[in-house]
Amino acid sequence: MPESLRQFADTYLMWQEGPMIWISDVLILLTSVGIVATLTYFKKWKWLWREWLTTVDHKKIGIMYLIAALLMMFRGGADGLLMRTQLAAPGMHFLDAEHYDQIFTTHGTIMILFMAMPFIFALFNIVVPLQIGARDVAFPYLNAISFWLFFFGALLFNISFVFGGSPDAGWTSYPPLSELGFDNGPGENFYLLALQISGIGSIATGINFLVTILKMRAPGMTLMKTPLFTWSVLSACIMIIFAFPALTVALALLMLDRIVGTHFFTILQGGNPMMFINLFWIWGHPEVYIVVVPAFGVFSEVVATFARKETFGYTSMVAALLSISVISYFVWAHHFFTMGAGADVNTFFAVATMAVGIPTGVKVFNWLFTMYRGRIRMSLPMLWTIAFVPCFVIGGATGVMLAVAPADYQYHNSYFLIAHFHQVLIGGVVFGMLAGMYYWWPKMFGFKLDERLGRWAFWFFNIGFYVCFMPQYALGFMGMQRRMYTYPADMGWGTLNFVSTIGAYLMGIGFIFIVAQVLYSIKHGERDLTGDPWDGRTLEWSLPSPVPHYNFAVIPTVTDRDMWWVLKEEGRTEELRPKKEDIQPIHMPKNSGRPFLMGVAFFVAGLGFVFNWYVLAVLGLLGVVVTLLRRSFEYDDEYYIQPEEIEHVESALGRL
Amino acid sequence: MKRTQLRKPNRVLALAALTALLVSGCGPEYLVLNPVGPVGREELHLIVLSTVLVLIVVIPVLALLVYIVWRYRDKPGNTAPYTPKWSESKVLEVVWWGIPIVIVAILGFYTGKSTFKLVEPPPTDAKPLTIQVTSLDWKWLFQYPGQNVATVNYVEIPVGVPVQFELTSDAPMNSFWVPQLGGQEYTMPGMAMRLWLEADQPGTYYGHGANFTGKGFAHMDFKVKAVSQQEFDQWVQQVKANSPALTLAGYQQLKQPSVVGTASYSSFPQGLFNDTVWADGGRYMPGMTDGMEGMNGQTADARKQTSSSDMHGMQMDGMQMSGKQGH
Repeated sequence: MPESLRQFADTYLMWQEGPMIWISDVLILLTSVGIVATLTYFKKWKWLWREWLTTVDHKKIGIMYLIAALLMMFRGGADGLLMRTQLAAPGMHFLDAEHYDQIFTTHGTIMILFMAMPFIFALFNIVVPLQIGARDVAFPYLNAISFWLFFFGALLFNISFVFGGSPDAGWTSYPPLSELGFDNGPGENFYLLALQISGIGSIATGINFLVTILKMRAPGMTLMKTPLFTWSVLSACIMIIFAFPALTVALALLMLDRIVGTHFFTILQGGNPMMFINLFWIWGHPEVYIVVVPAFGVFSEVVATFARKETFGYTSMVAALLSISVISYFVWAHHFFTMGAGADVNTFFAVATMAVGIPTGVKVFNWLFTMYRGRIRMSLPMLWTIAFVPCFVIGGATGVMLAVAPADYQYHNSYFLIAHFHQVLIGGVVFGMLAGMYYWWPKMFGFKLDERLGRWAFWFFNIGFYVCFMPQYALGFMGMQRRMYTYPADMGWGTLNFVSTIGAYLMGIGFIFIVAQVLYSIKHGERDLTGDPWDGRTLEWSLPSPVPHYNFAVIPTVTDRDMWWVLKEEGRTEELRPKKEDIQPIHMPKNSGRPFLMGVAFFVAGLGFVFNWYVLAVLGLLGVVVTLLRRSFEYDDEYYIQPEEIEHVESALGRL
Repeated sequence: MKRTQLRKPNRVLALAALTALLVSGCGPEYLVLNPVGPVGREELHLIVLSTVLVLIVVIPVLALLVYIVWRYRDKPGNTAPYTPKWSESKVLEVVWWGIPIVIVAILGFYTGKSTFKLVEPPPTDAKPLTIQVTSLDWKWLFQYPGQNVATVNYVEIPVGVPVQFELTSDAPMNSFWVPQLGGQEYTMPGMAMRLWLEADQPGTYYGHGANFTGKGFAHMDFKVKAVSQQEFDQWVQQVKANSPALTLAGYQQLKQPSVVGTASYSSFPQGLFNDTVWADGGRYMPGMTDGMEGMNGQTADARKQTSSSDMHGMQMDGMQMSGKQGH
């Protein structure tokens, strides 16, 4: 028995990997025990189940996405710091090649799929229904399924670190490197199954919000009266619906290659690895727009609010969003200009890539001219928005430079590329999501986040960003490639790498300040009693903070683009307060534990496939089928909130 | 009239100044900015051109941002105009849709021109040299079909002679990059790609794989030694005289995942490069099977039984026909 136990520990718990894994194991164990003990001590298990795990309320789902995104930002950031530590000097022995490879793979995958995606979904969920005057999304039950698939996908991906081993073929996972022949560990399976499971959730979210925006806007809110954040979500959803199936297919085929021995991407027996690369980027390029476009939406809202001015060129902004969502499909091959696809193909994709910069640039000018002749308040959301502009403009400019195919032969896979995409993804997505988080935080929780700590976070993160990534452009020109776990001293790369590492740590300190800010503000943050702490313009600011379960006691009728602002200007805010005679019973979806259980079933099936434990896999899949069938025969899944209860809630809030 | 006359030299000056800044301001360790051949120089020109063009947008945007944020800040006593309802201007919109379109048109034109140009060998009278490159786990094998010598992790080329690198991989996909000579190209199993490079100054240049291939990837560097034609010929003679031959068994040994130093071989098995491409599925190369009845669907093993040197000749013809591959 001890022998088989030892074998188990070596194979699955990676016991021989050394202290890093042991420490992680212990920390994970302690955290889990801590969570269980706390929940038990405060008798919160029931509360957790009823209020959170079974909820179909878009606001709570949004909050759960937000928490997950921040946790994953921590994990991905820790990966980043480990890599930067290893690269701080030439010939370091902090990490060996295998660990370094695993860490850059998980860093990339987590930051894109398990940090950026849930962060945008958090804002989709929290904001869109409130902004369009709806009581929930079109398919609340499906929304819960999306979240739990994301959650268990992320969990599956994260446990690979301590159970079986992390993937190590890069977040792009190109075959043949990711095929069994070169990579027979379970890490790659973790990658494939985790992405597949959370990807199903993402497609469902795309459909859900597309339908919500198209069908559930308040009466009078025509498309051209819809707030720009909602427009950006619409644009992102169009991209999600068309792009994610390509990823699903690519992952499924590679999984079949690895698990049942097909040859879609192996070189022999007729497979072609280039097909994976194409499929991956047919998803992968729209993906970067999927995550950045909602950030554009946030900036549009924040700029108009904090400059106290109407959005400049609204029509142009909408046109830009939609043209981005179309053009982003015609640029994928710029990720492999060096694959030798002939001069004609390269020229087409080069010009298309430059062209996608045009609507993006137009948006920047429109934001600038929204501020022009306004009155700019430097609150945290605006601060991050203003920091976004130079960061994104420089990142966009280097993007256009990368689009020049022959020049790309020199930039490709070098640190120039690394600096570029971190600049657009951090400057665009992370700054945007943080701006959005600060902006809508009072709406979610009823208090503001502390400004002083937030400014410390802002400056550390921003200065750290430039210190970290500007040297990497230079390193690219010096010929340093990405994904090298070490480099020789005689190349002259040492100094700039060291500077870059300092920058990474400054960003880490910035993140710690954000955490401190959240914890401090829970107790000491300024309470938001008005529901409109920023003097906002759109419908969500007409509601109390936090918003009651049913959102709008009476659905408003919209006549203007900046509805709430116009009512405030004209002194008509009373019109959006519910009147007793207008209150009707509200039709709401019932909570359900099944989306959570379905997530568990997917997780079990995923784990089974990762290790080729087919009994477990089949059991998991059966679980999925059972939950689906149960749902199909469920008839009692809705209820009415009675007028008395609504009146009670509204008068307690002083709105009736 | 006068203005346009003034402007043009100004622009050229600005471009020259920027080039000078980029090239001289940065030391010799900035490999991409210190090209030693026509391909690298062509690419550097585009890098400079695109930098200048994007700066036309970047600088005004940054200046506008600073000005606007300062001028319209919300401070008591700020007398700047405040027009909360001003939200449209056709003229302005046309300007900022128009300028980027013009810039993209200019940049797109030069991009296309260079992309097509780099597919061809650099114009010169010298007779091109062909070197076959195979990326392995985790080393580079170079074969000289004309000289019948081979090397590992270093490659000698004559100065002033265009070199056609034919690229493949017998391991996961890599990318062949010598920054000072010019841009990279993927090496892919089952594919034969081509990349023209040329050095016009003698020297030793850094090369490295640029696409991640696993554990030993960081150690996949190689040296390109550019020497005079005479020295090159001497070097070939020396290798022929003093080095061991690369046998098929030796190649199988070399193919095993490992990190090694440099090596030289006085000869290599006939057609090794093509066999490698074919064994890894090269029948999918467009043009490679042209005129070869019954070749489709044959496995490499089956082919080996029937084939020999004449087959290799035919493959080479096929490859010439697909010469538009790569750049």
